[in-house]
Amino acid sequence: MGELKPTTTSILEPGQQSGFATTKFESLLAWAQKYSLFMNPFVTACCGMEFMAVSSPRYDFSRFGSEAPRFSPRQSDLLWVVGTIVQRQAPILKRIYEQMAEPKWVLAFGTCASSGGFYDNYACVAGLDKIIPCDVYVPGCPPRPEAVLDGLMLLQDKIQRGDRTPGIVKPRIDPVQEPNTALVQLRRSRSSAPPGIKL
Amino acid sequence: MSQALIELVKKNFPAAVLETHSQLGDETIVLAPESWQEVCRFLKENPQSDMNMLTDLTAVDFPSREPRFEVVAHFYSLTRGHRLRLKARVGDRDGETVELGTLTDLWGSANWLERECFDMMGVKFIGHPDLRRILLYPEFEGHPLRKDYPAEKIQPLLQYRDEPNIEKVAPFGVDEGMSFGRQTHKVGIYTDEDGDSGARRKVISPADN
Repeated sequence: MGELKPTTTSILEPGQQSGFATTKFESLLAWAQKYSLFMNPFVTACCGMEFMAVSSPRYDFSRFGSEAPRFSPRQSDLLWVVGTIVQRQAPILKRIYEQMAEPKWVLAFGTCASSGGFYDNYACVAGLDKIIPCDVYVPGCPPRPEAVLDGLMLLQDKIQRGDRTPGIVKPRIDPVQEPNTALVQLRRSRSSAPPGIKL
Repeated sequence: MSQALIELVKKNFPAAVLETHSQLGDETIVLAPESWQEVCRFLKENPQSDMNMLTDLTAVDFPSREPRFEVVAHFYSLTRGHRLRLKARVGDRDGETVELGTLTDLWGSANWLERECFDMMGVKFIGHPDLRRILLYPEFEGHPLRKDYPAEKIQPLLQYRDEPNIEKVAPFGVDEGMSFGRQTHKVGIYTDEDGDSGARRKVISPADN
């Protein structure tokens, strides 16, 4: 209930075992909404494997109230777009989004759903925000389950604040800030190639 | 092993074989397009070849050549365990009339393979029962795997939303691998140089990073 604190006052009379609390209606409603995100998985590609990992017990996003999958868009609050959206699928995605009842949120799972990724070609849509509005982007190819959980918590935070501006999940370790990570070292070593080899 | 196959085809269709190639068990015959169906039927029905499986059928575009396209078919014999690759060169320079006989009456798998080849390359298979696009949508114009299809051209079915482009890539530097930025597509609102700056696509080249 920590999120309710700024708008909540709890009153407990001296000598009493129970009391009451006051809060704002919007705050209470947002608190209820963010912990009951019925989801509609729109899974189109390989990120679906990572989606299964997040939903299964080890990472388990049902801890965040995002448990019940609803394969009917009319009963769902959160549209998970997991994977590449091709031009041929774009009308289907838009239709599913339009069938969802308000309030509704959209989460772009992975780089392809967020920006098209390396599918820079005739067939693919360069990110689902070309078609429908999106609330949270989780980049990664595929994203780590931790990144997805970060995205889910970011969405919950946005719901609580009533904020509909798009949010992007940042990596927990920023390679620019952490130049000693193995990945960055490997890439930097490649940029100093022997003469005659073009990078 | 399959060298015998080439000899077999050469013996029975001396006029149809334009070229052969054989290396490390990788046998190829380039056929005259008009005898494409005839030779394939022979290869399927002759007990010495017994090609009962059409593994793959596709085409290659050589824009500088005439005939421009090379249709490639791979065959496998499940009973004899040998493979053969057949090629036929078809099509004029501008890619308007690219035609070859169908193999659908010989192998069922040819149906979808030829549809894919038509969809991607625009090769028309004469006699195919249902030559429609198989992967792309019917509204699509042109054939995207042809070399003259513009690499940046997209044909969206929906009007794209009029939204400012936001940077959604992980904060990697230029020297730190793929940033997966998608900056090359120019479509509709995003190509409008005089339009509202908010609606215009932000174009970033790696040098600016």
